[in-house]
Amino acid sequence: MSAPAVGVPARRGRDRDNSARRIALSLTGILAVLALWQAVMVVFKVPHYIAATPLEVIDALRAQPVILATNAWPTIVETLGGFVAGNVIAVLIAIGFVHNRTFQHTVYPLAVTVRTLPIVAISPILVLLLGNGYAPKIAIAALITFFPTLVNMVDGLNAVDAQAQELMHVLSATKWEVFRYVRWPTSLPYLFSALRIASTASLLGAIVAEWIGSNKGLGYLILAATYDYRTPLLYATMAVASALALALFGLISVLENYFVPWRRTGGVS
Amino acid sequence: MPVTVDAPAIELADVGMSFALSDGVLEVLRGITLTVRQGEFVSLLGPSGCGKSTLLRVIADILPPSQGRAAVLGASPAEARRNRAFGMVFQQPVLLPWLSAEENVGLPLRIGNWGSRHHASTSPDELLRLVGLAGFNRARPAQLSGGMQQRVAIARALVSDPQVLLMDEPFGALDAITRDRLNEELLRIWTQLRRTVVFVTHSIAEAVYLSTRVVVMSPRPARIRRIVEIDLPYPRHPKMKDAPEFTRYTAELRAALEDES
Repeated sequence: MSAPAVGVPARRGRDRDNSARRIALSLTGILAVLALWQAVMVVFKVPHYIAATPLEVIDALRAQPVILATNAWPTIVETLGGFVAGNVIAVLIAIGFVHNRTFQHTVYPLAVTVRTLPIVAISPILVLLLGNGYAPKIAIAALITFFPTLVNMVDGLNAVDAQAQELMHVLSATKWEVFRYVRWPTSLPYLFSALRIASTASLLGAIVAEWIGSNKGLGYLILAATYDYRTPLLYATMAVASALALALFGLISVLENYFVPWRRTGGVS
Repeated sequence: MPVTVDAPAIELADVGMSFALSDGVLEVLRGITLTVRQGEFVSLLGPSGCGKSTLLRVIADILPPSQGRAAVLGASPAEARRNRAFGMVFQQPVLLPWLSAEENVGLPLRIGNWGSRHHASTSPDELLRLVGLAGFNRARPAQLSGGMQQRVAIARALVSDPQVLLMDEPFGALDAITRDRLNEELLRIWTQLRRTVVFVTHSIAEAVYLSTRVVVMSPRPARIRRIVEIDLPYPRHPKMKDAPEFTRYTAELRAALEDES
């Protein structure tokens, strides 16, 4: 018989056409909105301290790269720190849950309760506890990413199909082997779904944390620009924040394609 | 394959199985006594949901019997499982999608470091060839058809050299044409390797075509209704399905299945 992968390159090719088309469509959408926005601003003569036009935002981005970059850096550190810390802790706790029911029944309700506390209310508490440096911001970014990853990971680690468990039993696999060969790979698609949520959430957490008490970072810059009526700078800051979130989101997607290549082709068959 | 033990492949003595439900007890198996000799191909035939898969799971040490005793090659099912005395093929192929066909076949060798502790007589690559999948070593399960996936599952069940092959309606989810072809393949493999096969099915024709003996089971709680020796010569050919002896057997089995007594 011939090689098995005959149909695959063709499908990949079609995927590429589709994604090129998708990118073109989403760019068209964005450009259309920007054009409409510019038109509305000009036609209705909106004062520039109320709202900035896209061209003013571009000017601000070009005129103040240093202030944007120096304030983006702390936010990047907090976002990534919180992202990594929150997800690592969530994954470890989820693994603990799956292997110890008592632990799950004790800690899961606690995690849900923490989740119900509004992040805006927890932030000042954490600032009081952890000081004014990176620590409280990282903690808040971690907190906001922790819960979706925990829930997804618990589901993912438990998504092992019954016959696969029987197979591992027949092979006399240890708990560790079941984890390594079946549970962990089964959970990866769930993990990456959670990571994509976490990528945007962690940035949000970092910015909200900076609002509470900070003199640097994109969150701080948003507040400062608002109070000073530097509306174009405010919009430019938002553009930078949005670009950061997109970059992190894109990075996760790239990693997912690399680590979970079977995702598009279905689960255990 | 030299037979190392004189014990029967499978011995079931008065095996019963009940599950406790919230509203009482569900009795699935009752008083099953059966001996399968080494090298036999025995089919467990019964209506869907009668408990034949449960019986197979008792033999495979997946479920402990509530009553009676089961033995595989003279050992307890748990011991037999640890010694890999049997391999199992499920209704679904249960392949791991992140592994290639060859890696899936080799999985049992990685578990418990089996491969480095025991010298396997056939490599995953040879087994893929045996089941007719030469050249598909690097294919992922998703790139294979249902029938090909089940072939990989059969190769995987054979990789740690088990004496007994337990098959739980392995072709039940396949279309008729693929199923017929896999029946041929299974018979060829069985003739070549001479392992014991215990095969669960609800297809009368499949049971007659493959087996040396067919065990007819009643609806729940499953008991053994009849055991029919299939005295047709091997190798068997699809043409035999039209022979009068073949239809006589299918008629006999159908009558045994429908028998209400």
